This record gives sequence, structure tokens and C-alpha cells, in this order.
Amino acid sequence: MEAFLEVRDVTKAFPGVLANDRVNLSLQAGEVHAILGENGAGKSTLMKLIYGLYQPDAGEIRLEGKTMHFQSPRDAIRAGIGMVHQHFMLIPALTVADNVVLGEEPGRIRYDRKEAVRRVRALSEQYRLAVDPTAKIGSLSVGLQQRVEILKAFYRKAKVLILDEPTALLTPQETEELFEVVRHLKSQGIPVLFISHKLDEVRAIADRVTVMRAGRTVETVPVAGATAQELANLMVGRDVVLRIDKQPASPGRAVLDVRDLAVVGDDKQERVRGVSFSVHAGEIFGLAGIDGNGQFELVDAVAGLLRVARGSIHLDGEDISHLTPAQRIAQGMSYVPQDRQLDGLVLEFDLVENTILRDFRRRPFSRAGWLQRLPALRHTERLMERFDVRPRNPERRAGELSGGNQQKVILAREVSRNPKLLIVAQPTRGLDVGAIEGIHRELIRLRDAGTAVLLVSLELDEILSLSDRIGVIHHGRLVDIVSAQTATREQIGLLMTGTQAPGGSEEVFNT
Amino acid sequence: MNKFWRNALRSIGMPLLASLFAIVIGGIVVAAIGYNPLVVYGSLISGAFGNLYNLGTTLSGATPLILIGLGIAIAFRAGLFNIGADGQYWVGAMVSVWIGYHFTHLPGLPHILLALLGGMLAGGIWGGIVPGLTKAYLGAHEVITTMMMSYIGIFLVEYMIEEQNAPMRQPGSFPVSPPIAGNTQLATFLPLNVFQQAQLSVGLWIALAAAVVVWILLQKTTFGFQVRAVGFNQRASRYAGIRVPLYTVLTLGISGVFAGLAGGVQMLGVQHQLNDSFASQYGYTAIVVSLLARNNPFGCILSGIFFAALNTGGQNMQQVSGVPASLTDVLTGLIIFFVAAERLIPVLRAWARRRSPGRRSHPADEGGTLA
Amino acid sequence: MTVLANPQLWAGTLSLAVPLAFPAIGGTFSERTGVVNIAMEGIMLVGAFFAVACSHWTGSAWLGLLAAMAAGGLVSWVFAWAAIRIAADQVVLGMAINFFGAGITAFLLNTIFGYNGTPTTTPSLPMVTIPALAHVPVLGWFFHQQSILVYLMLAVVIASHWFLFHTRLGLRMRAVGENPLAADTLGLNVWRLRYTGVIIGGILSAVGGAYLSIGILNSFDVNMTNGRGYIALAAMIFGKWTPFGSFGAALLFGFASSLGNALQGNQVPTDLLAMLPYALTILALAGLVGRSTAPAADGIPYLPNR
Repeated sequence: MEAFLEVRDVTKAFPGVLANDRVNLSLQAGEVHAILGENGAGKSTLMKLIYGLYQPDAGEIRLEGKTMHFQSPRDAIRAGIGMVHQHFMLIPALTVADNVVLGEEPGRIRYDRKEAVRRVRALSEQYRLAVDPTAKIGSLSVGLQQRVEILKAFYRKAKVLILDEPTALLTPQETEELFEVVRHLKSQGIPVLFISHKLDEVRAIADRVTVMRAGRTVETVPVAGATAQELANLMVGRDVVLRIDKQPASPGRAVLDVRDLAVVGDDKQERVRGVSFSVHAGEIFGLAGIDGNGQFELVDAVAGLLRVARGSIHLDGEDISHLTPAQRIAQGMSYVPQDRQLDGLVLEFDLVENTILRDFRRRPFSRAGWLQRLPALRHTERLMERFDVRPRNPERRAGELSGGNQQKVILAREVSRNPKLLIVAQPTRGLDVGAIEGIHRELIRLRDAGTAVLLVSLELDEILSLSDRIGVIHHGRLVDIVSAQTATREQIGLLMTGTQAPGGSEEVFNT
Repeated sequence: MNKFWRNALRSIGMPLLASLFAIVIGGIVVAAIGYNPLVVYGSLISGAFGNLYNLGTTLSGATPLILIGLGIAIAFRAGLFNIGADGQYWVGAMVSVWIGYHFTHLPGLPHILLALLGGMLAGGIWGGIVPGLTKAYLGAHEVITTMMMSYIGIFLVEYMIEEQNAPMRQPGSFPVSPPIAGNTQLATFLPLNVFQQAQLSVGLWIALAAAVVVWILLQKTTFGFQVRAVGFNQRASRYAGIRVPLYTVLTLGISGVFAGLAGGVQMLGVQHQLNDSFASQYGYTAIVVSLLARNNPFGCILSGIFFAALNTGGQNMQQVSGVPASLTDVLTGLIIFFVAAERLIPVLRAWARRRSPGRRSHPADEGGTLA
Repeated sequence: MTVLANPQLWAGTLSLAVPLAFPAIGGTFSERTGVVNIAMEGIMLVGAFFAVACSHWTGSAWLGLLAAMAAGGLVSWVFAWAAIRIAADQVVLGMAINFFGAGITAFLLNTIFGYNGTPTTTPSLPMVTIPALAHVPVLGWFFHQQSILVYLMLAVVIASHWFLFHTRLGLRMRAVGENPLAADTLGLNVWRLRYTGVIIGGILSAVGGAYLSIGILNSFDVNMTNGRGYIALAAMIFGKWTPFGSFGAALLFGFASSLGNALQGNQVPTDLLAMLPYALTILALAGLVGRSTAPAADGIPYLPNR
């Protein structure tokens, strides 16, 4: 049987990254096909290639046996590809019907709103996507907004539906309702491509699954015959973890103590739902999890950038739950945020100014409100020397440095004040091997010197090789805390997808 | 070093280029209606700088522009657009005049200082309280709120002198306030009346000093450090422990302080009483001053003099060559247009490249190259 | 209270609302597609001048009105090009247009007509009293001896509402002002829609200017708009970026000025009354008098493929 949608040996490279490397995929008519993979495995690049947002460097994409050359999403839509992005492309100020028909509205000059409502209602009945066509998008729940996105696709006569991480923002009930919709589509013979990193969901809904890892499609297997463990293994790989040469930890007192912490994100959703753990002096506590599970909201709350909705944060026995970020800095907390260009640096400032960005209030960098340039300059020069920041010119603007050197500047700044607690989020994202090694060595050095380190990373390898203990976060809850000595990739990978490992955990909080 | 020159050229060259574009277009317009552009511009320059009196008038006109422009530049540095400096200027002027004619028992210098401080405070409140607080806590856009507050301020000042029994009106047939006490009038800029009868007061010294103060404030203090950080990157500022809402209010307030000071200096140095001269629109021209100066305090001095020269020179140009003085407003509009359209140059370059034969590849070569 | 029974108060309200409602609705068109427009003042001046000039040259006030619309369209086209294609700062651009508009009209006035103003023989648009309306109680007070543009304004308010909220093009324009990326993926031409909004806005603003010069007068004066473009901006915001809202706000502001005129010499501080539009606008923006929120993508240039 010929595949409905076929991806053949597609390769896509970006500067420095091979995002898709000879990727193959074949979607049969009437099947639900999942693409499973960790963050950064190349799933979203593949979707963008299919949807015409990117053009492949090599290989071809075939739809119903014909080779396609999409220059833009418009071409893909015209060819019958429907896509629901993880972040919806909806207009909150307009109604459901307006959003669905936009671009192909009924009527000539006048917009025939009644007809639009009628058509959308008919579609929503046909595809069992109950939603009020006259409601404003802004007033709908995320689950209903997603239905509108699906309706948009079918209004444009989509022959195949691609769902990109569709359950990421849904409640369990909404997820179940979405699955109902998908099953109905399948019964109508419409193939669905379902991108996910959640094993249980893939097993619940898909017929076949293609696993991606490091830009490649590893294998396509029928879901029916595969166990969760097998799929998890395929997803995270069986490569030997590169353990960094380090002494066993000698943890001391609990420096950071988080109790029953709940945090509401910028989107007003509760992103952290009652998390408790502690980080001790002289240990690296790794927080593993798939992106979007609340790990970054958690550390932002610890650093004081997000409000604590419930629970408490103690630093060295002192309650800091409601201190300002500046006060927490003064208490000995350092933080390397995940986005170095957006949060960690002021790109227009020179390196001296960036080095004192979080310390400009104190001596010797300022006296009575007057900046002291010379001590700041000397301090910057010393740090640049020690952390090998290049080019070695403290008057350069931060924006002119490479990513690796920017990260070194942030790390140098945060480390230089000998913090009690160092929070590092995504410390090596996008860096080359040399830079990664240097930063890892520095983190180990700090641990050995008695600093409590809280490490958040989406790279499982990084967590495994650096941490002494690993907490796994899923959907805003700490699923388990395990010792890094005994943990395996497979075990953590399974926990990251929200599957509770059978027994064998040293301490379990919550749920 | 290449980068240094490119930066220097960008910060000085772009404003110069924008002005040059405008002047050339203005010249073409003038030529099209049958005048010799060289003669016209010549009369403009000699009107602005031709003799000591003209120079004095130009510098006198530059004084409020520089002061207000500095305030607007501070706001721009924090990423805020104070478009309502005109009202802040007038409210400051009003309070300064009131103090100036009210506390007549005070000796000269304290009285002057009190009057100027009052003006500064009034301007600061006008700029800081309503626009600052609504921006910081309710998200109301400061472009609209400062503009609206500006009109409210001007109507308030107008109300003070307009009607027969208005609070600050001097009895008589003209809508003016009483004159300020003689000992509060600012002394001339230089002794011996170098600039003849041009009303150039020590206000210019104040403006020059203010530029230095602003530069020090922005570059040398933790306050300026935080203002600049907020202007460049609010998220990083929060991360750095800076209270962004507080700095929004403070910066808009300080921006207003300078406009209020300008009002006070103008009243004490030149006008000596409130009168119906609301058409001056210093607050709007001052926006152009700081735009052209790229928010550099010392640049504000130069561009303040430049726009004042356009104004005084324009009068002379009209008398000598017959070209209406309003040509200078056209030039001002064109200069702002070209300053705003600084992306014009890369766009034109890309367009020329597309047009040039032999190159038919994708125009997407702005990003990094593939390794 | 007797002042409220004065027909002139109500005729004045409507008359004074015209030069606010046109540019306010014009601004609505521009901002609904996502281009912040504070340039109404300058465009009104350009419209006012060319209305008089062409009315004088051709002897027809109607051709003058047409010329005003053409001139306003042209200026806003340049504005739109710089704002959309060059992605220049829209507020700064608006200031540039305002300076330019004030300068170029004064310049042309003096070079073409000298320093004594425009010729007194310039025809102006007709004043109309519709008998059927004029005799209706209360309503008749509004429609006594009004310029034809007053009636045009009423038509424009209704037409604009219909256009923005009941046509396909209107829906698309609003979509582009809210989320241009979403609109683009659905095949809408973001740039072209924004051009349309800005240029319609410019034409309407210019008509507002023409009302001042050949609607109620037959002459042009330097800076004769006297800040009405900015009050129109306030009316647009207070009217929540809708044609009916803008019109309502323009009526309210017109009433405030008309009341000021009626009470002049009555020991009532008219200047304080004149603050009303601006104060109300701040309150509306701060959410104290019905929250007023701009279109989501207002002021953000859209650069495709990035």
C-alpha cells in the first residue's frame, strides 16, 4: 500500500546543527502515527519541513505519491495538510467562526457571518468538535481553542492532520476528549500525525510510532507490540553516559529547602503544584524533566522572579519566600538563567557592566550610589582571565560575544561572589564541546568547594553526568528523587514521561 | 578599531545624514519655486549666527530645547517616550512664576533657587505621577498619557491667566500674570552684555551644566545604571534585582523635572511673567532634539542649538530672501522622518542588490553563514 | 440650565464633533490594522490646505474636497510605506508627519497666496438644513444650518462600522491588527491590508481638515487645526477603537467645547472644561472608565520570514 504522506531521506541543517539527518517517515491512510522523541530530537524541525515553514536541504516529501515543494505554509495548506501548532495561531479578539473562516470567508464583499457560523457548526458536528461558533476565542479554555485550530484545518479541506505536542497544555479530561476526536477522525479515514514525548499517551492513541533521537528517525514500530520500557529505551538511546571524573559528594547541611511550593506562571496557569525537596551544601541536585513541566517556573520562584503562590522556600534556615530578587542576591543566592540573552545579560552593556549587573549595589563596585568603574574593571579582567573569556576585552559589548563566551561571563559573575546556593538552568545549551566541558568542570569544582548547586537541564546526559541526586519533574510535580549513582537513563526517561517506576525510590514526595 | 569607527560614524553620521537629506530636499523645493537655495540657506545661517545679537538669540532659544531635550533623552534611555514635555514645561513655568512674584521678601539667590525648584517639582509631578504610575501598574501607554497630561497642563496654565478674575491674572486687558520680582530675574549669560540686547541669560549655563549632570547621572551612578538597564532589557533588569515599576515612575518624573526646569529658566531668564505664548511648542521640538542627538546629553546641546538656529535663522531668511520661515518646520519634519527611517539604508541596499543583474539567488543572506 | 435649551449649543456640538470624528475614525482604521497613528494632526492640516487651494483654483468646493482626500491619501501613503516597509518607529514617524504637515501648509500658503491669507472668494461646501429634520423637536436643534459634511460624517460613521465589522475586508484588516503572523499563515497579505487601513485613515483625516477650511469657513490659516488631531486621538482611544465609539467620544468632546462657547463670559472656566477629553482618555486607558485596550499588534511592525 502506498503511503499517504511520505518523508524520504530528508536532511535539514542549520548553522552548527544538523537538525534532521536523513529522516524517514511514512504515514498510511487512516492510521494514527506518533512521533516520539526527547526535546531537541528533531521532531519540530520535521514538522516545519512538512508544513512548508522550512525547505529541506536534501530528500523529498511526498503526498499521495506526488513530490511536494512547499515554499510556505500556504502551499502546504492548499495541498491538504492541516497542522495544529503547540502555540495556537488564533486571534483572541475574534469569534470562533471568524477565526475558522479567516482568509476564505463566505460572502462577496459583505462578510456573511451567518453562513460562516452555519458552516463552522456543520463542521464541528461532522468532526465531533463541539464548540460554540459565536464565542470569542479569548473566553475559551485551551482545550476548546485547540478544537478551533482543528476546525481551521478541516475548513481548509485538510486531508491529513498534524498535532504538535497537542496535550502539553491540556488537562487530563481535555486530553481524553482530544483522543476521542482523534479516534473519530481515524474512523473517518483521516490520517493523524501525533507528535509527543509522552509515552503513555502515545501508547493510548497511536497505531504506529516512529522514534526520533538526535535528528534521526531511529525506528518505526507498531505500538501494539512494544512495551513502555522498549519505547523509552529507543527514545533516550542506550549509549553509555559520559560520566565526569568526580569525587563522591560529601553533602553537608541543607542550604535550600523547598516545601510544598506552588507557582503560577505568566500565563496564569499553575505550573508548579506542590513541590518539596532540599539541596545540600556540597552536592549537585539535578532537576530532570521535559520542557514545559514547570522546572523553569520552579527555579524562577526560588530566585524571586515569580511569586510563591503557596508553600515556602528557606535558604540556610531563613524563610526567603517573599524576599525581592535583590535581597536574595544579597543572601548569597546565584542564578544562571536559562536564556542568557534575554535574562542573563544586557546585550548592549559592556562586559564590565554585565559583570556587576547583579552586584552594582555593593562595594567595591559602587559607593553611596556612585559607580566605581576601576574596581569593576579590575574584577572583570580577573574573571575573564580565570574563565578564559575571549576576546579578552572588558569594554566589548556582551552582544558581540559568542554564545559560549556569554555563558562564561554569566557563570563567572554568579560564581565570583562565592554563593551559598548556585542555580544553573540550561548552562550549556547551544555551546560547543570545549565550552561545555569547561562549564561542567567549574560546576564540579564549586560542589567540591561546598556550594549547593541546583541544576536544571533538558539534557538528560548533563543531568546524569553532573548530579549527585536527581529529582524528576512532571506536570509541575516531583515524580521521584533518585540517587545518580544508581539511576539509569531508562529509569529517568520513564519517570520524565510521568510513568512512576515500580518501587526502588529513596524518597518520594507528593502526588 | 574598525568597529569603533563604525560606531562613531553611526552615532554622529546617521543624524548628519538625516539632516543632510532634509536640507537637500528643502533646497530642491526652494529651487523649484524659483529661489536660489544657496542664497536662502545663506540667509538662514547668517540669521542664526551672523552677528553676536543673532547668535545670542539662537543660544537663548536653544536653552529650553536643551533642557527639555535632556529630560526626554533620559526617558528614552529607559525605553520610555515622554511626548508630553510641553505641558510639563508650562506647569513648571507656572509654578516658577508664582513663586517668583509671591515671595518678594526673599533675597535674590534663594528666591531664584526656590522658584526653579518649584518648577522642577511641578514638572516632575506632572510627568511622573499620572503617566508613571499608570504605566508601571496599569500598563497604560506613556505616549498617550504624557500627551494627554500635557494638554491638561497647558489648559490649567491657560486657565490661570485667561479670564478676568483668573487666579494668577494681573488686572488689566491682557491675559498675563504679574511679573516676577526683579531680584529673581536671571543675570545675563556673560557680563558686559556681550550679546547686546539678545535675551541670553545664565540659563544657558544651567542648560550646559544640566547636560554634564545628566551625563554623570546616567554613566556614573547606580541610578543611571538601573535606568539604562531597564531601557535595554526589562527582563534582565528584573533578574538583576532592579524594581522596574519604580524606575518607570522615577524616570518619567525626572524627565518632567527637566522640562519643569526649562519652564522656570525661561520665565526667570526671558519672559519674566506668564503670558499667552503656548504656541512655542518647545516640548515637541525638544523630542526632535533628543532624537537627533541619539539621547546623548552632549549631543542634545548641539542639536538644541541646531533647531534653535533653524528657528531664529528662519525669521531672517523670510525677511532677506522672501522664503517663508515655515520652511524650517518642513526641514524639521523631514529630519525626523529620516532619523526614524534609519532602516531605509539597509532596505535600499538590499533592493539595489536584488536589482543588480547576475545575482538571482535568495536575498536571505543577512544571517550567519553555514559552517 | 437654560443653556441646555439653546439650539446653538446642540448644533455646535454636532458641528464641533465633525473635525474630531473624521480623524478619530481614520485613526481607528489605521490602528485596527496595527499601525499606530498619531499623525492625524499633520494630515488634517494638509487636507485643510489643499481643500482651500483647489477649491479656489477650480472654483468648485467639491473638487477641493477631492483634492484634500488625494493629498491626505498621498501623505499617509508615505507614512504607511515608512511604517510598514521600513518598519520605522510609528510614533516618531507620526511626529515627523505632524511637523511636516504644519510646515508645508504654512510654507505653501505663504508662497502661493502671500501673507494675507487665502482669497475671500474661495467657494465653500454648502450648508444644508433638511426641513424634515429641522422641525423635529430637540433633534432639529442639531441639524440647523449644518455643512453637508455633517451629513457625510453620519454616513461615514455607519459605513465605517459596516466596513470594519461586516465585510470580509474589514474582518481581515482587524485580524492583521491582532495577530499578523496567524493572518499571514492563512494567506492574508499583511502589508497590503495595513496600507489599506492607513490610507483610508489618512483620507478620512484629510476630510476632517477640509471641514475646518471649506466646511465651516472658506479659508486656510496657519495651524488652523489647533490640536484637534490630538483630541481625535483621544476620541479614538476613548471610543475603544470603534467607529461608533469614536463618534460618541467626538460628540462628547464637541459638547464640552460647545458648552464652553455657550458659557463664555459667564464666569465659567472654559479651560477647565477643555481638559475633559484628555482626562477621560487617561481614565479610560487606566481602566477606570471602561477599559480601553488597543489592538494586540498595534504599533508592532510585521516582518515576514523572521
